Amino acid sequence: MSLIKQDDTITVDTFMEGIWRENPVFVMMLGMCPTLAVTTSAINALGMGAATTFVLIASSLLVSLFRNLIPAGVRIATYIVIIATFVTLVDYIMQAYSQALYAAMGAFIQLIVVNCIILGRAEACASRNKPLKSMVNAAGMGLGFTLALLCLGGVREILGNGSLFGLPLFGEHFQPWVIMVLPAGGFLVLAGWLILFEWLKLRKQGRSQQVGGAVHEH
Amino acid sequence: MNTDSVTFIFFNSVLANNFVLAMFLGLCPFLGVSGKLNTAVPMGLATTFVMLVSSICAYFLNELLVAFNIEYLRLISYIVVIASSVQLVEMAMKKLSPALFRALGIFLPLITTNCAVLGVALFQTSREYDFVQSVAFAGGAGTGFILALVLMAGLRERLALAKVPSVTQGAALSLMIGALLSMAFMGFAGLGAE
Repeated sequence: MSLIKQDDTITVDTFMEGIWRENPVFVMMLGMCPTLAVTTSAINALGMGAATTFVLIASSLLVSLFRNLIPAGVRIATYIVIIATFVTLVDYIMQAYSQALYAAMGAFIQLIVVNCIILGRAEACASRNKPLKSMVNAAGMGLGFTLALLCLGGVREILGNGSLFGLPLFGEHFQPWVIMVLPAGGFLVLAGWLILFEWLKLRKQGRSQQVGGAVHEH
Repeated sequence: MNTDSVTFIFFNSVLANNFVLAMFLGLCPFLGVSGKLNTAVPMGLATTFVMLVSSICAYFLNELLVAFNIEYLRLISYIVVIASSVQLVEMAMKKLSPALFRALGIFLPLITTNCAVLGVALFQTSREYDFVQSVAFAGGAGTGFILALVLMAGLRERLALAKVPSVTQGAALSLMIGALLSMAFMGFAGLGAE
């Protein structure tokens, strides 16, 4: 690996790729379990996103600092232990400050350990880049994950509960679409977002093909 | 109904609180290896085995942690136990069935990061199950996982022949099948004791 020249320049793309082009939820389909399980309301989604982002940035920093000391054979185990340490930290902090949020997310805070996004970043980015760059990249990924969770949580809370961030939106006579806050709704809303993105992509492709075809005819 | 009985715990984790469809644990393999029936079944069996081994280890480990008053090490020690039992399954499968080993590919080591396995260990601790209950819980969770994986694989094999709109192809379609299966399993929740 030392033969490959390291590219240390931090570009806008280092940060932005996690938010759009390689969005962990909508594009790479990673970290599905917390994505679907805790997004029954926008506030839960935000809490989960923030906790994951913290673990992501902190573990990226540590992995990146020790990247030349960790033997290749036990690297995955080492990463997992590093991640587990930070998750334990978050677990105790959240228990201390917001009992309500902690109760709402249950075991899913501890299950951040097995979120593939974090291990994926440690393996793909932090283990071969300098600390600052890996942290910027991890922050982008974390933000992308949080935004995706908010997309899901917002839609599910509006439809399933008639509110957003706990504020009622539609008045008293709104009949909540309960299925949306139940497990099935999670699958449906995520499928809906994926279809939307796919449709946008196909439409863009169709347009560029039409333009290309028109040019060709002339 | 007695909610502490072993049969209740087992069937509750297979049907009403199915790990995949009701609790959203272990979705990565659920969406990843459920394309074909003949990889879905061994994958489910391997995961169930890991669940049982790690559940038994986690039970005794927790006793030890409580005895020494070091519960804050729970998460780290559980994950190490799970990682080692996955390694065990991997070595056994490589020796016994190399073809299967290749077919499962990357998803075999990824059992380590399967939230269902860690979920079993964490839930049995937080619900304070005794040893027999823990094993029943792990067995039920594993059976439920196999059930969900096989149902999904069967449906997807059929759907490979169907003509669907191009926007819904791939992950979106799998998720919609997941939604329908999940609704079907919600029916079982109505049968259980609240």
